[in-house]
Amino acid sequence: MEEVPHDCPGTDSAEAGRGTACQGCPNQRLCASGAGAAPDPAIEEIKEKMKTVKHKILVLSGKGGVGKSTFSAHLAHGLAEDENTQIALLDIDICGPSIPKIMGLEGEQVHQSGSGWSLVYVEDNLGVMSVGFLLSSPDDAVIWRGPKKNGMIKQFLRDVDWGEIDYLIVDTPPGTSDEHLSVVHYLSAAHIDGAVVITTPQEISLQDVRKEINFCHKVKLPIIGVVENMSGFVCPKCKKEAQIFPPTTGGAEAMCQDLKIPLLGRVPLDPQIGKSCDKGQSFLTEAPDSPATLAYRSIIQRIQEFCSLQPSHEEKLIGS
Amino acid sequence: MEAVAEPGNLAGVRHIILVLSGKGGVGKSTISTELALALRHAGKKVGILDVDLCGPSVPRMLQAQGCAVHQCDNGWVPVFVDQEQSIALMSVGFLLETPDEAVVWRGPKKNALIRQFVSDVVWGELDFLVVDTPPGTSDEHISAVEALRPYQPLGAVLVTTPQAVSVGDVRRELTFCRKTGLPVIGIVENMSGFVCPHCAVRRPAVRLRASGPPACEEPGRGPGLHPGVPQECCLPCTCLHCPEDPGWGTGAGADRH
Repeated sequence: MEEVPHDCPGTDSAEAGRGTACQGCPNQRLCASGAGAAPDPAIEEIKEKMKTVKHKILVLSGKGGVGKSTFSAHLAHGLAEDENTQIALLDIDICGPSIPKIMGLEGEQVHQSGSGWSLVYVEDNLGVMSVGFLLSSPDDAVIWRGPKKNGMIKQFLRDVDWGEIDYLIVDTPPGTSDEHLSVVHYLSAAHIDGAVVITTPQEISLQDVRKEINFCHKVKLPIIGVVENMSGFVCPKCKKEAQIFPPTTGGAEAMCQDLKIPLLGRVPLDPQIGKSCDKGQSFLTEAPDSPATLAYRSIIQRIQEFCSLQPSHEEKLIGS
Repeated sequence: MEAVAEPGNLAGVRHIILVLSGKGGVGKSTISTELALALRHAGKKVGILDVDLCGPSVPRMLQAQGCAVHQCDNGWVPVFVDQEQSIALMSVGFLLETPDEAVVWRGPKKNALIRQFVSDVVWGELDFLVVDTPPGTSDEHISAVEALRPYQPLGAVLVTTPQAVSVGDVRRELTFCRKTGLPVIGIVENMSGFVCPHCAVRRPAVRLRASGPPACEEPGRGPGLHPGVPQECCLPCTCLHCPEDPGWGTGAGADRH
């Protein structure tokens, strides 16, 4: 798509093609004709592609650095421990793609076939897609404005050869902006099971997470529940617990009670988690006895239970 | 030829510093706030411009939530967080009807507000304007750099944590600075080790997210992540209240009280 003017009202706005910012834009005539208001054909194309994907889960947080990518990766690892389950992990953090590093796939490239882009496989039953695989160097910056990022997300959903997938996990960047609107928009006909919202205990995170929850309500995205990450730290030397991020306003538990949303669990801060992520290994297998691993497993089970209560694939197809 | 700055609301601002990180949650807003407080402590007049439109953290950090923005003849009056008016603050947080209201905007609308923040806020005479940014290298960053370019920012302070995942994103942010011509003042490694409040006296600091040497000591790279970038400073993370230093008492990323 051509570069849009700075004050572009949006192609689906009532002012599309008619605003003062539209003067001189190469798309002005197209927008003024009402073409922007027509349904995007990509939505139907993506709906077709997603027919082979049983469950779709978004991992969100208003706040950065709370552990979305870490959680997404370990949700994928945990689900993939059942060899009969096919898992796909899609990283739509275009500017800060962490998933390749966390999954031990740095330096891998995407291959194309006749049926589309191939996932990069960690295990036989766990495939990953990220903009990180399209960069020629780890230092390459993706300095893109919103419309170009939206185009990339559309391409991921429409052009990746997903195949038969039991769970598609979508890792997102922090915030409530282009990436989040786009993924919800493009999957609007394909049914998203729900969102897992990640937070840390302190109010500065909860403040942003409440906004994310409001975003979910606005776009009618079901919320599977909230995960409180970095919830307490056990000193490896003296074994006593300390609160690095004190829950001064009651933490996620108080927020969930207030907003009537399930708290899926609390994951304590284990330094091994960061080490595993940096090495590209699954923390669940590196530290199977850690309280953090037990917390992850309990949360993963609750997510599976939620998804199993969703309408079956056939029921969704009949209803669509 | 570089655009010449029109005399406008930034004419009285001596130095502009951007605080950037490719990675979220490393402590940009905390560092921006602490930097402003430290400069104020040194007798400077400081402004903070918070361009994180989706997750504005600075008002809460300075206990300025709920303040209203007023208009004057020349534009918007920033919120002063103290009676001496030594710290001025502008954030989208002041424009929301409720604290939980989500700013669900696509890029063009965010760009327009950031340009308005740069041109329409009546900063007055400031020694420093600290610009706090969201994570990434996208609309907010491109728009802020473009709008501030005529005023020749001093440069950017990049914030990271020791984890390789953070360092990777900060390398990309360094590339962004190079491509946009923004000088890099230096890198801050935040949450660089943890002092357990129970055994702090007897035990050495425990590395909170140990993943090898700190970024500044990466083998083969020498000081700094990139040649020419000054050596970073490392800041510890602690949850211990330090009476002699209340600013750091609650640790990186925690609430301010």
